[in-house]
Amino acid sequence: MLRFLFTRLSLIVPTFLGIVFIAFILIHLVPGDPVEVRMGERGIAPARHAQLLHEMGLDRPLYAQFASYVGEVLHGDLGTSLITHRPVLDEFLDLFPATLELAIYATLFAVLIGLPAGMLAAMRRGSAFDHVVMGVSVSGSSLPIFVWGLLLILTFSVNLHWTPVSGRIDLDYDFDTVTGFMTIDSLLSDQEGAFASALGHLILPAIVLGTIPLAIIARMTRSAMLEVLGEDYIRTARAKGLGSFRVIAIHALRNAMIPVVTVIGLQVGTLMGGAILTETIFSWPGVGKWLVESIRRRDYPALQGGMLLIASLVMAVNLLVDLLYGVLNPRIRRR
Amino acid sequence: MKRQLLGAVALGVAVAFGMALSAQAKTLKYCSEGSPENFNPQINTTGTSFDAAYPVFNRLVEFKPGTTTVVPALAASWSVSDDGLTYTFHLRKDVKFHSSKLFKPTRNFDADDVIATFNRMWKADDPYAKVSGGAYDYFNDMGMPDLLQSIDKVDEHTVKFTLKKPNAPFIADLAMDFAAIHSKEYMDAMLKKGTPEMVDQMPIGTGPFEFVSYQKDAVIRYRAFPAYFRGKQKIDHLVFAITPDAAVRMAKLQAGECDIAPYPNPADLAKLMADPKLKVLHQEGLNVGYLAFNTQKPPFDKKEVRQALNMAIDKAAIVKAVYQGAGQPAKNPIPPTIWSYNNDIQPWPYDPAKAAQMLKEAGVTSLQTDLWYMPVQRPYNPDAKKIAEMIQADLAKLGITAELKTFEWGEYRKRLQAGEDQMGMLGWTGDNGDPDNFMGVLLSCTSARPGGQNIAKWCNKEFSDLIEKAAEISDVKKRTELYKKAQVIFHEEAPWFPIAHSVVYMPMSKKVIGYKVHPLGTHIFEGVDIAG
Repeated sequence: MLRFLFTRLSLIVPTFLGIVFIAFILIHLVPGDPVEVRMGERGIAPARHAQLLHEMGLDRPLYAQFASYVGEVLHGDLGTSLITHRPVLDEFLDLFPATLELAIYATLFAVLIGLPAGMLAAMRRGSAFDHVVMGVSVSGSSLPIFVWGLLLILTFSVNLHWTPVSGRIDLDYDFDTVTGFMTIDSLLSDQEGAFASALGHLILPAIVLGTIPLAIIARMTRSAMLEVLGEDYIRTARAKGLGSFRVIAIHALRNAMIPVVTVIGLQVGTLMGGAILTETIFSWPGVGKWLVESIRRRDYPALQGGMLLIASLVMAVNLLVDLLYGVLNPRIRRR
Repeated sequence: MKRQLLGAVALGVAVAFGMALSAQAKTLKYCSEGSPENFNPQINTTGTSFDAAYPVFNRLVEFKPGTTTVVPALAASWSVSDDGLTYTFHLRKDVKFHSSKLFKPTRNFDADDVIATFNRMWKADDPYAKVSGGAYDYFNDMGMPDLLQSIDKVDEHTVKFTLKKPNAPFIADLAMDFAAIHSKEYMDAMLKKGTPEMVDQMPIGTGPFEFVSYQKDAVIRYRAFPAYFRGKQKIDHLVFAITPDAAVRMAKLQAGECDIAPYPNPADLAKLMADPKLKVLHQEGLNVGYLAFNTQKPPFDKKEVRQALNMAIDKAAIVKAVYQGAGQPAKNPIPPTIWSYNNDIQPWPYDPAKAAQMLKEAGVTSLQTDLWYMPVQRPYNPDAKKIAEMIQADLAKLGITAELKTFEWGEYRKRLQAGEDQMGMLGWTGDNGDPDNFMGVLLSCTSARPGGQNIAKWCNKEFSDLIEKAAEISDVKKRTELYKKAQVIFHEEAPWFPIAHSVVYMPMSKKVIGYKVHPLGTHIFEGVDIAG
């Protein structure tokens, strides 16, 4: 186990450098620069344009910019936003709690629906229920987030008035940010109705963001359960006269959960990608929306820093999942 | 006992009164289209950022709401010397600055604040010059560094601006967002604390609303400033809910989550106008969309060819199909809402037969050209690609092959301004309501240089002389005459095919009272009330 951990940790540095390099190159491939983008129709005199680029350090050769960026990152400095002139890390930390809260609720939605659906589909293999679950699963992972989100807004917010359209909480509520999690801060604020408003604003975005993970979790649960239910020890348990509930819940589920738990953990990457679109549709002030704006504004440090931080998060979660897999599966531990 | 009872009753009444008052607090919710870069209009260039700062600041002079007429603001009055070089501003004495948890002012607004504000943008050695990036784009673009000779404090409430040359639009320039007046005391306090950037992030001004808080990318909150020199606002709280997607913005408006929401999609206008809870204000935009002919490249160097092309394109069809009623055909380089607009000019008629004949007489046969269109939607042009396709089809009827071209927006503008195109579309939204802000910026010989905004690269000495002279004199009547003559030359020389001036629509709840659509595009909430 320790050898496994050491091997994984030693891969982090080259992976990290690779991510920095790819992020840097991709961003600089986008035409235009932050000075041009600000100008609009008014344009800018070439001399002044050159002067502003020089002040931002953007007139240096790319390799020089990259080298100094890597040096700064290794010192914990992710640079300053070219647009707001605030440290990139501060910008990220201001917004990350919103993304994290949305991701957590989206995961809860995906797990609470996907797990039981997958289990029941496996237990009733070939039934109409099984076909419906699989059909919904395929549709869920195929439907573009943008379309799904706007459809839900039009139906439930605009036409039925069951849910708010966008944002994190009703604008009438104003309280200090303590944790950055609106559901927690609203409880701490003690303002009547604030928590319900925060929860209400989470419903649609969590459903939209959680739909693809739900589809994946349902399918994986079904596959894992089918595999386990076909094992000899399950047949033995049944032959011994154990009740259906005991067979499924105690013997089958535990073993089926091993790959399912790892899949749930690996959804972090999907959630981060999905957050970009979901946050834009629902005006959810998280890092996804911030990154989209940074592309439009050519805010290189914000883009590079944001991508790096998210990639680091995904790497960390993947590592944790791998370790957890070893904990859950004794056969891996003994390798 | 009696005294205690009376005290309890008094307290109860006071609490009830306070609760009643707070229960009546009015909040106006505005769904804005984006996040501000910061809250200092000196260093911003986007309308989104200007909107976010506007409630907090005043300028020496301002545009009367809903118009481009300049009226006194922080300056109670001003005088201009006979030679047009000296502007003396007499400042109001009753103007107070906001306070916050970071700063409490100890004095009213005075001349020191004006000088500190402009020095930041003007003097490279000012301690604030490099704060927050130090790019004062509008100050530079309006030619201030070349124009200003000196800014002097005459006394506590008198400031004198001396120019190097007469410039009639100068007073209108001072009404623009970049000229917002800051508190020198606040600037000094933050510098002393080692946090000068807070001046740009937590603004202090004299405006109708005090900045309260900004949750990044989510909500901006303001409250009415009780000591505002024009009187406390009718609304107590102003909230900007940042909602980038237009469809979602309108959905929020219809659901009652916002009271005002800008920039509707043209396709949604009919639905919004039909909503019984909403009203849609509109105003002719201070803008123009156009197709410029590169007069440096044959055959567009011949005015007969340019005139013929003006007659070859069906402008009415373009305005109907693309602007969908939210635009009016253009014939001049300035919109009708700007003074000195020459309405006597007869637009080139749509006459493909005459156009074909003129092209033949000019020796133009089987012309192959490019036709550049913008990749993005702009206030003056909702769908440049569609317009380009319609123009391409019209030109094809005359045997002209137009190859459509576009680039990423920044790249597009750069190349267009470098003169790489043969024909290219662009447009302009006015900054200050002055004709020079259109004609001087877009059509002068100076701006015809590579990288300049005269993308037709058209340099007509007679035209340039007229507009240069008009910019130097302050008599509006004389200026109007000169600009009208200039428009006649423009029409004859036809460096553009002017397309349209768009109409700006502003949907809002019927509960909103007193909102005026500003021709320059800023969303202004001073004087607005909300019923119920």
